[in-house]
This record gives sequence, structure tokens and C-alpha cells, in this order.
Amino acid sequence: MSIVLDHVNYTYSAGTAYEKHALKDINLVIPDGQFIGLIGHTGSGKSTLIQHLNGLIKATGGAIYYDGHDIYDDDFSKKELRTKVGLVFQYPEHQLFETTVVKDVEFGPKNMKLPQLEVQMRTFEAIKMVGISEELYDASPFELSGGQKRRVAIAGVLAMKPEVLVLDEPTAGLDPMGRDEILDQIAAIQKERGITVILVSHSMEDVAKYVERLIVMDHGSVQYDGTPKEVFSHYKELEAMGLAAPQVTYVMENLKAQGMNVGDATTVEEAKNEILRAWKKI
Amino acid sequence: MKKMIESKNLVFEYIRRDEEGNVDGIIRAVDGVTLDIQPGDFVAILGHNGSGKSTIAKQINAILEPTEGYLYVDGKDVSDHDKLWEVRQTAGMVFQNPDNQIIASVVEEDVAFGPENLGVPTEDIWVRVEEALRAVGMLEYRTHSPNKLSGGQKQRVAIAGIMAMKPKCIVLDEPTAMLDPNGRKEVIKTLHELNAKENVTVLLITHYMDEVIGADRVIVMDEGKIVMQGTPREVFSQVEKLKSYRLDVPQVTELAWELKKAGMPLPNGILTVEEFTEALKQCQ
Amino acid sequence: MIRDITIGQYYPADSVLHRLDPRVKLVGTLTFLISLFLFNNLIGYVIAGLFLATMIKISKVPFSFIVRGLKTIVILMLFTVVFNLFLTDGTVLWQWKFIKITIEGIQTAIFMALRLTFLIIGSSLMTLTTTPNQLTDGLETGLAPLKKLHFPVHEISMMMSIALRFIPILLEETDKIMKAQQARGADFEEGKLMERVKALVPMLVPLFVSAFHRANDLAMAMEARCYRGGEGRTRMKPLKYSKRDGMAYLCLVAYLVVLVATTRLWMLFVA
Repeated sequence: MSIVLDHVNYTYSAGTAYEKHALKDINLVIPDGQFIGLIGHTGSGKSTLIQHLNGLIKATGGAIYYDGHDIYDDDFSKKELRTKVGLVFQYPEHQLFETTVVKDVEFGPKNMKLPQLEVQMRTFEAIKMVGISEELYDASPFELSGGQKRRVAIAGVLAMKPEVLVLDEPTAGLDPMGRDEILDQIAAIQKERGITVILVSHSMEDVAKYVERLIVMDHGSVQYDGTPKEVFSHYKELEAMGLAAPQVTYVMENLKAQGMNVGDATTVEEAKNEILRAWKKI
Repeated sequence: MKKMIESKNLVFEYIRRDEEGNVDGIIRAVDGVTLDIQPGDFVAILGHNGSGKSTIAKQINAILEPTEGYLYVDGKDVSDHDKLWEVRQTAGMVFQNPDNQIIASVVEEDVAFGPENLGVPTEDIWVRVEEALRAVGMLEYRTHSPNKLSGGQKQRVAIAGIMAMKPKCIVLDEPTAMLDPNGRKEVIKTLHELNAKENVTVLLITHYMDEVIGADRVIVMDEGKIVMQGTPREVFSQVEKLKSYRLDVPQVTELAWELKKAGMPLPNGILTVEEFTEALKQCQ
Repeated sequence: MIRDITIGQYYPADSVLHRLDPRVKLVGTLTFLISLFLFNNLIGYVIAGLFLATMIKISKVPFSFIVRGLKTIVILMLFTVVFNLFLTDGTVLWQWKFIKITIEGIQTAIFMALRLTFLIIGSSLMTLTTTPNQLTDGLETGLAPLKKLHFPVHEISMMMSIALRFIPILLEETDKIMKAQQARGADFEEGKLMERVKALVPMLVPLFVSAFHRANDLAMAMEARCYRGGEGRTRMKPLKYSKRDGMAYLCLVAYLVVLVATTRLWMLFVA
């Protein structure tokens, strides 16, 4: 379901010495089924922004519409919003608390007061989706490896069957293999369920590989919003914000400067095809 | 010359127990590792989570004792309990989580913690603290609270805390895993500066490929064993082998490798964008 | 809300108060707190208020910052005020059924509120101008004689300073975990008492797990930095009394003398 942010502003500790304008006039339309990347350096406002999407933080100005309804209306249920916009925080394994994997994943759907059968179905579906094998269902979540814990925690949010899934740096601290596994699974879930996914990431290589739309935040406002190719063509401006483009983007720029007839690229695959095309012409 | 770190057939085993406390199995976290690190080296250990690389770090700092084999740090046997504090002073250790290794609530007081433990006289502590903070570029934050610093800054304070103990070697166990890209760059740059200017031996344990490019030597570990070893160029020229150990290569290295597979005459082990551009010019 | 607690926080600034020996500040705070109970008349409050105002001025801590710390005790304060306002016997000013307000009631309520405010500001002024490390150093040196009785003075002060360093981190963590569980539909605000207590489990378990992890990591990091107890340790900032501290002790004595003398005189004149 679509989310519309209309002139959203957020200021914390207003009127004190600690006042900070964390979000400045954010206007965004997030339609159904998009895979969106959200980038920005630490403190750019991206974490604040995603907590607005499920109502954990209330904007100090502007409006947010979920599926056409103003989420700040008195009769709009915040609790329901939180199940529809699933938010996976950074290091989500820190929220695990139950004695078994299954019980932990059940927490979300149980809070939704769903019938027992539905709770179970959603739980098993979610655990399966994140690739946790059956012999671990009754294991204590605290005995799992770092990557497994993280996936169980993500399943805990997936089990609520959110229409929008927001993940704050889901791969932080994982090794390359763990990172690829989680991102591949998220991409598969996005396709399978047709849900909207918003991926907050520090890795330009990762967002370039997976997302179709990229939003760049800096100093509390949206600086760029477009396809990864469009956004990364502003690599010089991104650098000024303390960000960068994927390494292959720089490769292509260098080659162009050398007079080689190649186009832009944001992934290794694209770069390879571009260079081979140019090379074969010679 | 005395070796900085030397080990032969180093093994570390631990016993895993099930919920009732019965022995479930014996895990060999480190399995026959032979190391030879010279003073002044910058060595990187690569490996995925669970490859045994962190266990080695803890053995070097005498937090874990070798099950088999031997390990000497600057000629001192880590299994020798009388040498424990000497070993720890010689090979300082920086951990992954910056918050969990800062003890004091003021930056300079935290840096002083090590020298205080060593019984360094007060005037010398002040000199050491200032030198250490200057070496990591954090002198202007000396009276700040660590809570207000960024992750990269906190980690540099932790490094300063080790430097103030005047170690010959610093071992860093995934010091950048919890940092953002800018924080990671800060920390790696600081390490190279310390290595070059203060001639400290650096042993950097990481799973980020781009951080090991500047190292003198790269050691790749898998299942407790050393599986690859050499200069970054030598190691990164074996893209397929690295991938089989669940590791990445930098994008430009992978691109060069892919193009080579597709028939372009490119050399092995390209590490930077500049090298790549240069090599491609030769192709035309 | 959590950010509003200024008690126990340190406010970095360069003031005479910041530079004083922590032992002076500990003794001073204790003296001030005791002095609040030595009098019960207007002039006493005026003098204590003046003393406190001077200290705030010297400390260079913004007044607004100190006041924020009071927000957290507003409820306690209201409770005390209401309690005293309605339950003190004396000359009745206003009465409705069994509820009555007396002149004495108003007086006690105001005095109690003032006393509580002075108490909080006085003690937070100490923590605001003293780093936790200095504070524990002060305690450690102050309690040093107890070491002879095998009282673990160093260990306790080390524990205190670590606790003080980790309180803000754990508070932030609590906030994060609460939000993460709310995102999974947890409800910390509604329901009956039992339900609310039960709702705390998903917050407390992760918090404890994380605290244990941190403790484990920290112990390892401390050992790696050659920590082996208080024996043989030196100090970066050993406590040494300077002229300034002597002056401060004199000021304290002067404050007490003035306070006692004027309140006595006042009582003589009024009575």
C-alpha cells in the first residue's frame, strides 16, 4: 500500500539548547511493490525518517498518509500501522527474548490477536522464508550463530505479514557470505510477496545490486531520488556528502576520461558488458 | 632479529556442551597454524565469521591459552603465566565493539587506564596520553565524553588507549565491523600511520576486503587453518579460490577477473581503479 | 524523557567548581544537604538559596540545564506539596467539607518544595561539575582508611565508575529495544497492571542479555589493558589538595556560620 509523506518535518528537543532539525520538508511517494534503497551518512536523518513510517516517531510538521489515510488521525490505529509497515531495526538480534526460535517469531502475530492457527502458519512461513532449517525451530535463539540470529529476528517482523518492509542496515557486522544470503532472501521475499521493501544501507555496492530506486538523504533532507544509475551519476556531489558511488562507477568514469566509448555502470555485471561491447568494436 | 609473533602448529580446542552440560563435541577453532610476523609488518588476517581468526587474536593476547603447539610474542611464551602481563603489554588488543572497551567517561582518562595499570608515574602518564591521542588524531577531543563521539572516533580512542601502553604490536579483532564507511576509513588510515610513523607491528583481523589492500601481507583463514598467504596482489589474483572461502574481492578485481575470463588479455590481481585503467589501455 | 535526567550527568565546563578537589565537593554537598535541615524559617531559605545561586553561577552550568533535571521529580514535588497543603493543622483559610487549607499548610508546602528543589539542585551540581571518575576517586581516597578493615574500597569505586559510564549506554539501549518490540506490536502503555508487567519481559530479557555481553567484553578489554586490581596502580590525576581547596573549605565553614548565626538572630527578633 502506498505511503505519502507530505512536507514532513521533525525537530527534537524543540526550544532547548539541544534542538535539532532532523527532518526538513520531506516529500516522498512510496508506491506498492518497489524495492527502494535509502542511503546517507550517519546522522543524515535516515533512521529518523524510517521511524516515521510506522508511527514510532510523530512528525512535528506535515502529514503522512498510509493507503490514503492520515496516520495522525485519532481513529487511525497506530498498532495496525506497525503491523503493516514492518520495521527491522539495526542489529535486530538484540531484541530476541524467547526460549525458542518459534516462540520468538510468534511474538508479532500473537500481539496482533490472530487465531492460533493463523499465528502458527505465519510463524512457520516466516521462519522458512529466512532459511532457518527445521532442527533449529526449538533451539534457543541465543545459541544460534550471528547470521542465524539476525534471520530469526527478521522472521519475527515478516510473520506479521507487513505490506511494507523497512530494514535498517540488515547486513551490519555480517561477513560477505552472510550478507549475500540475507540480501538475496530479502530480494526473493520482495518478489514473492510483491511487498514494498525499503533498505537502509551504507554499502553502495549492495544497493546498486538490488534496488530499483535510490533515495539519498543529507542533513535531514532528500537530496536525490531516482534509479541507482541516475543517482550515482552525481558521484561528485555524493562524495561531498561523505558518500561514494560503487567502485565500478569510478572505473567507467576513468575509462570515459581516457576516451573509451563506454556507458555508465553501477554493478560489476553492467561494467563487464559495457567494456566488452566497447572492446569488441576495436 | 627477534620475531614479533611466531607460532608453530598452534591449536585451540574447546568443548561444547549441550543443555544438560554433557559434552557435545570438541571444536577445533584453530587447527595447526604456523605464523611468522616480523617487527614493523602490517599483516591482515581475512576469514569469514567462525574461521578461527578471532581465536588467534585472543591467543596472542593470552586471553586464551593454546591447546597444542606454541606461540611466542616478541620471544615470550604466551603459555608462561609469569609472562602474562608482559605479553599483554607487548601486544595490545583492540576489540570489535567500541563502546564495550572504553572504561572511563572522559577520553583522556580512558587512554590513561592502561598506563595506570602498569604503574607508570603520573607525569609520564600525561606525556603518554598526549602522545597517544596525537598519534590517532584525537587530541582535540581529550576532555570529551566518549558517548558523544562517532564510532570511528571511539575506536581511535581505543587504539590510543593501547598505544599509551607503548606496545610493540597491536592486534585488532574486527575493529571496523560496527562502523560506517567513513569510520572504517578513519580507523584503517590511523593504523597505517601508526605502522609507518611509530613502527608498530599491526595485525588486522577483518572480513572487509578493501581494508587489506594496503597490508604487507594477507593471511586467509578457513576452518581454523591458514589456506592462503601472500601479498594482497598474490591473494587477490585468485578470485575463485577466495570465493570458495566465502570471501569477496574488491569490485575492480572482480571486474578484471570477469573480463579476463571473457577473453580480454588482462593481468592477474588488479587492486585499484588506476591499475585497471592502465591495464585496459594496454589492451587497446 | 530519559534524556531529561541531569542527576548523575557530567557537564563539561571550565570553572572553579569543576577544578575543585572531589573530596571538597563531596564534603560540601553533604554539608549543604545537612544544613537544609538545620533551619526552618525564611531567612534560612534565603541564605541557602543565595549560596546555591552563587554556586550555580560559579559552576558555569546553564541554569536551564539544571532546571531540566527537576522535571523528573515534578510528580514527587506535587505529591509533597499537596500532602502538606491539605494536611497541616492551623489557621484555616478556606474549607470545603473535610478539605481545608491553612496558612501553616501553605507555608510548609512552599518550604518543602523549596527544600526538595535545593536538595536536588545541590546534589546534581556536584555530579554536573565532577566527572564520575573524579567522584569515585574522591570516594576511594575518602574511604581509604576502610581498606585496613579489608573493605574492598578500590573494587567498589571501580564498579561505580563503570556503572556510571554504562548507564547512558544502557538507557539508550532500553529505548531502542522498546521501539523494536513496539514495531512487533508490543504494547507498553495499555492494559491492566499484570499485563503491563508481563509486557516488560520482551524488554528486560534482551536488556539483561546485552548487559551481560557488555560486561563480558569489558572484562576482557580491561584485562587486555593489564588491569589486575588496585594494587600497584598509579593515577593520571591523583588527588592533591591545593590552595583553592583550602579556600573552599573556609567558604563552607563561613556559610555554616552565617546560616546558623542569622537564623538564630532572626528567631530572637521575630520571637
